[in-house]
Formats: sequence, structure tokens, C-alpha cells
Amino acid sequence: EPISESSWSQLGPDDALTPYEDVTTYNNFYELGTGKEDPAEYGHYLKTDPWSVQVDGECAKPGTLSYEDFIAPHPLEERIYRLRCVEAWSMVVPWVGFPLGDALKRFEPTGNAKYVRFETILDKEMLPGQRANVLDWPYVEGLRMDEAMHPLTILATGLYGEELPNQNGAPLRLVVPWKYGFKSIKSIVRITFTEEMPTTSWAAYGDGSEYGFYANVNPTVDHPRWSQATERRLDGGSLLSLFERRDTLMFNGYEEAVADLYAGMDLRKWF
Amino acid sequence: MVLMMSSAAATLAHPGRWGRSPALKPAVFALCLVPFAELLLRVAGLGLWGSLGANPVESIIRFSGDWAIRMLLVALAVTPVRELTGLQWLAKLRRMLGLFAFFYAVVHVLAYVGMDQLFAWGRIWADIVKRNYITVGMASFVVLAALAATSPKRMVKALGGRRWQRLHKTVYAAGALAVLHYAMMVKADLTQPLIHAAILTALLAARPLLSLRNRRGKRPAGRQGSQKGDPKLVHRS
Repeated sequence: EPISESSWSQLGPDDALTPYEDVTTYNNFYELGTGKEDPAEYGHYLKTDPWSVQVDGECAKPGTLSYEDFIAPHPLEERIYRLRCVEAWSMVVPWVGFPLGDALKRFEPTGNAKYVRFETILDKEMLPGQRANVLDWPYVEGLRMDEAMHPLTILATGLYGEELPNQNGAPLRLVVPWKYGFKSIKSIVRITFTEEMPTTSWAAYGDGSEYGFYANVNPTVDHPRWSQATERRLDGGSLLSLFERRDTLMFNGYEEAVADLYAGMDLRKWF
Repeated sequence: MVLMMSSAAATLAHPGRWGRSPALKPAVFALCLVPFAELLLRVAGLGLWGSLGANPVESIIRFSGDWAIRMLLVALAVTPVRELTGLQWLAKLRRMLGLFAFFYAVVHVLAYVGMDQLFAWGRIWADIVKRNYITVGMASFVVLAALAATSPKRMVKALGGRRWQRLHKTVYAAGALAVLHYAMMVKADLTQPLIHAAILTALLAARPLLSLRNRRGKRPAGRQGSQKGDPKLVHRS
């Protein structure tokens, strides 16, 4: 599968694609199990056809659309992005999708729409991990309106030129490349425009010290259990790669494109 | 566990036979090395059980950590199981099992220090001071190291039996710290560490309960059989 050039890829010379095998067998998708291999093993429980997406909240044209109608107006493009997990590993993934902002505009958000809230499907049969109270289900994520409208932010329907495998969040998932991976919510069924900052799953977890709403990749702000200064790139490397780490880049290397969004904000406080 | 179940089954058929067999210790030794051999095979990419996955360093650290805790729990189970079954010769395996727990803990710590942190001592020290799960894990490792260092028979003499025994009771602290380390490291799903904690608690509770039962004079079944097998050990208990 040839990889097309994309002006949004912004990759460096040492950013090799993570092999398809690794992208699709090493996943955090707790609704399909908390082990990294679980989502690939139990992904078949999730049925993605039929699928619909409800859009509501502060917008002029709310509605529930079938997956097909939801994606129909948008030409699909390839975006090769770095994906930085909060667990200090990273991948490079060739996504297929379209800008989230293009989709959101169709529903005509009102002036009250300050945030966008996303919800994963809630279904104990299809997502057996939801039988355990690991998190407060369904999984909820959110973006500020300007983050959601940013051209780097996409909704993905595929990777490596193919439809998304279920373990990667089929049929429709968010990809926000300058934020930690858990912000990129999977298997979306609901999108809500809100005036208040939505309470996201990890921010609501435990005593709230786990993750904040913003979760921008930032090598200078540590997670309680991990330094975020460096990362391990998972690119299917050799034995030698066991002894390699690389420096984590501010905003995961997308600083030029997104730093303006956070001008004047204390990123230690809003982590 | 498999080892203990199969030995127990064999001994039920032939009481004392396994306990006297010169092959017992070498066989258990070899069995304890099986996970390490599997790890080496996986690292070499020859794994019959699959590769190391997308994140090999994490796999190595998890694998060795899991086995350190399992070995520690097996070593801790020796005394209660011996008292419960009367298989006195099990006591001969306790030291070796404990040393294997330490061995897997060494692999675990080396993988963390060398592969995860690339021997960046400043960062490692910052990790130990700052991150509670690493502090707790290192504390467990230090206790295990002290017990391993004092495990040779001449150390029992050097320290005096009583003091040595008191020191080696801290193996329970090492176990508790290891399980706590695991629980603190896990992001949200506590199933595995809770299973380990339950086993550890059962083993801890078994000791006073069993000694209470023994003091009341109810001798465990099978004691007669094993007395023939290894009178010296029965005498010592």
C-alpha cells in the first residue's frame, strides 16, 4: 500500500511507520479488555453495521445520522500522525479520515457551543469490558471548540488504507495528534455541543489527579506515575531498539500548528 | 503451583518417595527456570509462544515482575502446605523457591534500569523518590536482596538461628510490598493484583490458624507417612 504525501503529516526523518500488526494488536480500549492484546482478541464482539451517530446540544441542526450519511459529504484523506500515549510509548499511524471541523459545521453550532463532548457506544454485549466498573461508562471525551475546529483534528474511519479494525475504534474515532492518545475517543455514537467543559472519563477517575481535560503532550509536565520527558517509539525495531528512547516533543511535534490555541495559558495547571 | 500439585499427587501414591529422591531439587530447579528460558527464547525472536509484541521492553518487565511475585507466593506457600499435608520434605524446597523469586526480581529490576531507563541513574533516582509505586517496588527488592544475601547456611550460624528467623519473617513484608507495587502501577483494572493480594492474605492467615490447630493436638493427616520419609525434618518442626 503506497503512502501518499500529505501536507499535514509533518513527520521527521526518523519517524518510521509503526507496522500494521503492532498498530492493531497493541491497543488501549478498556471496553474490550484492559490488557494490550485484549481489544484485538475481543474486537469481534463489537458490531459496527448498522451504526448511527447522534449530534445534539448547542446547535441549530441536531439529528441522528446513519454512519453512511454522517461520512458521505466528506472526501477521505490520509493523515500520517504520531500518536503519543500517556504511558510514554508512541507510534506513527497512517490514518484515513476527514477534518472533524468540516463535519461539525454541518450541524451549525450556536454561539453557546464552547465545547464538544464525545461518547463511545454503551453496550455490555458488544463491549464486554463495560461489565467491569473500571471507568464510569460510557467513555466520554471532550475538546474545546477551537481545538475541535483545528484542521489537524480529524475523525478517522480507517488506517493503512483499510477500514478501521474494531480494536482501533471502528467505525468512527477521533484523532487529535498533539494530545495524549486517550483523548482520541473510539467508536463514537454521540457528539454534543456544550457550553460547559464536559467531564471526561479519565478526569473523573479516582481523585482526579490522573489526567486533566487538556492532556496536551508536554515533556515538561509529568504524569504522577511517569515522566513524560522521553518516550519509546514502537516501530517494529530490532533487538537494539530495546535500548533506545527519544525525547518527547512539545505538543507531540505539532507545536507550530497548535501552540497559538494555548497562548497565555499555564500548561502546568491545565495539564 | 503445577509443580506442587503434581508432586503432591505423586507423593499421595508413594508417600515420601519424592521427598527422598535425589532428583527432587534438580527437577524443581529446572522447572523454575522454564519461564526464564521462555523469556530468552522470546527475546531471541524464536518464541514458540509468540513474540514480545509491539512493546518488547514492557513485555520483558511485566513478564519478569509477574514471575517474581508468583515465585514469592509459591515460596510463601511452602510452610502452610507442608503443615496442611504433612509433606515435610517440601521444606527442603523453600530456600530455592525464595531465591528464584529474587532471581526474577533481579531480571525485573535490570530490565527497568537497563532497558526502560537506559541506566540514567539520575532519572532512576528521581523515579524512586517521586513515584510511589517504584519506591514500594524497590523497597520490596531491597528486602528480598537482604534475604537472599543471608540465605546460605553459614549465614544462619553467623546471625544465630533466632535472629535469622526474625529477619526472614520479613519475606511477608517483601510479598506485601511487591503486591502493593503491582496494584499501584496498574492504571484502573485491579483484578490481577487483587488475586495476588488474596493469595498472600490467605497464606498469612494460614500460619497462625495451622499452628493453633497443631497446638490443639490435631495432627495433620499424612504426617505418619512423611515421618518415615524424613524424620529429621519432622523433628525440627
